[in-house]
Amino acid sequence: MAAITTQSLVKEYPGGVRGVDEMDVTINDGEFFALLGPSGCGKTTLLRTIAGLEETTSGTISIGNRDVTDLNPGDRGVSMVFQDYALFPHMNVEDNIAYPMRVRKVAKEARHKVAHETGSGLALDGLMARRPNQLSGGQQQRVALARAVATRPDVLLLDEPLSNLDARLRLEARTFLKELQRDLGVTTVFVTHDQAEALALADRIAVMKSGKLQQLGTPREVFRRPSNTFVAGFIGSNPMNLVTTTLGTGTIRIGEQEIPLPSSLADLPGLDAGRSIVWGVRPEYLQLSEDPLDVSLTGEVTVVENLGASCLVSVLVGDTRLQVVVSEDDEPAPGTKVWVTASERHSLLFDTETTERITP
Amino acid sequence: MTTTQTPVSAPGARPDVTSLPRRIRSNRSVMHYVGSVLKALMCALMLAFFALPLLWLATAPFDSAPSLSLAWPEWTLKNFKVLIDNPYALRSLANSIILALGVTVIVLVFGSIASYALSRVRIPGRDTLLYALLLLSSIVTGTAAMVPTFQLMNQLGLIDSQLGVILVMAAGVMPTVIFILKDFMDSVPRSYEESARLAGAGPLRILIDVVVPIARPGLATIAVWAVVQVWGNFLIPYILLRSPDKQPAAVVMYTFYTEGGQPNLALISTFSLLFSVPVVAMYFFVNRKFGFRFHGGIKS
Repeated sequence: MAAITTQSLVKEYPGGVRGVDEMDVTINDGEFFALLGPSGCGKTTLLRTIAGLEETTSGTISIGNRDVTDLNPGDRGVSMVFQDYALFPHMNVEDNIAYPMRVRKVAKEARHKVAHETGSGLALDGLMARRPNQLSGGQQQRVALARAVATRPDVLLLDEPLSNLDARLRLEARTFLKELQRDLGVTTVFVTHDQAEALALADRIAVMKSGKLQQLGTPREVFRRPSNTFVAGFIGSNPMNLVTTTLGTGTIRIGEQEIPLPSSLADLPGLDAGRSIVWGVRPEYLQLSEDPLDVSLTGEVTVVENLGASCLVSVLVGDTRLQVVVSEDDEPAPGTKVWVTASERHSLLFDTETTERITP
Repeated sequence: MTTTQTPVSAPGARPDVTSLPRRIRSNRSVMHYVGSVLKALMCALMLAFFALPLLWLATAPFDSAPSLSLAWPEWTLKNFKVLIDNPYALRSLANSIILALGVTVIVLVFGSIASYALSRVRIPGRDTLLYALLLLSSIVTGTAAMVPTFQLMNQLGLIDSQLGVILVMAAGVMPTVIFILKDFMDSVPRSYEESARLAGAGPLRILIDVVVPIARPGLATIAVWAVVQVWGNFLIPYILLRSPDKQPAAVVMYTFYTEGGQPNLALISTFSLLFSVPVVAMYFFVNRKFGFRFHGGIKS
């Protein structure tokens, strides 16, 4: 058992800046967990605090049933893959993988045997005598992974594991990483600023901003039911349409036009006419038609961006710009008058003041 | 004035080139040749200035009658016999090696620990401290502090002791060593150490396993520099050492006079050769073995 629990964890830097602010997270045993957020949101700080590389200001961290808040990094049963891999340049691959065991005084034959076994599991046969600077980026990453998992840690921490690889290799490494994690069943926490990476890899995602947790959930929850406008805007390859507007009686006003409130919201208290709200819907959940439709918004196509198998179409509805994803065969020409329908199930309302989601 | 700028050699048809008066054209090329000759002469003079002492060092030890002038020698090895018969010559070279090694070991061990700490720990006024030390170091080994240094060593009972000389010289070069090594330590990425920390290594272990091997070219540079500093130092051993059999080579050379008060050139030239060979050899050895460079493992 190696679940990780943090309780009101705070990491404050000199000068009062909080890298991690009152963090309460439980990461389950064997889970593949992502810390996601823009740069400077504290995700790496949280990871390094779990590793013990940063001292905790207040709060506790426990791994398994042990309180590790004041333990040295080496005594926590964690291992980590650094963003630059941090392979020792003066040691060959074998010695690099065996180094943590050397520190723990494992006998020479035993540690080299384990290094070879781990290495061949990660397709590193034949590279064992090389120095890190004789390896490609992908190979370096696998050596770093081998070094991290060779000691059978309770927890594996990955700091931006894919960011140093080129785009093509990144996709391969992503699949490979997910397989490896499933095979080992080790509790894994990884940091990323790439929402697509987090959605693809993680069992659960913690979205962070300014050291604070914004939302904790499965990739599907975070994608479909973002808890506030920040998460809504951050998750998704095409940013969510977020329109600040007001309510009519049972309707949402978009410019001069109105669409009915989603039926799921009809009974909700406080949604009075005139209230200011943020209406959010993903470009993937908007339908576009060149023929007049009933419950829809009319506008004019301004820009069409090709995304390969689909197109991102910008539609100007009054003064509001809406983006719609359409499949490649249905792309309208710029200047065309079109009708946009929002999928009722996927329309979300957010509070303007608190930015929290109103839609249950 | 270079040839490409003179109209004479300028490529392409320029109608007025041929119509230039012949005198001007020849004047320009004459000036050009004179300039080249002057340049070559200057180079030769400067080269001779540096080469002559070296040539003297290569020939005089093998000359049967060495003088201060440079001449084709009458080859002989008799001068080396004189050197070996001298009671202090070879012993002084051994003394120099002892002093140089002693200082180098102290400087490398304490210098690397100190510079690693200074590189990693943030203390207020760290840089000011380093600069102040650097400034003071020239005083410690300099002439100005010789009397207090002598008195200090006297009270410590370290006069006429090689340990005393080693300590004073090590203290003298230490600030510069820390200053240079700190730069090397700064260039060792922190993630290497953090990686070792996660493996369970303590600070000393990290220093030995990770930081020192990576900073090795820097340490080699420092070692060579420290040896050279000690090897050529005359003042400190001259003042702190009393017995002739403890004196290093740089001091002993000063005593090579004939009975008539003339410099004993046979002895001085052979000794100078033996004195300079180890330093040059060490430079080549260290450069080949460690290379004064940094090898990293990251593509960035």
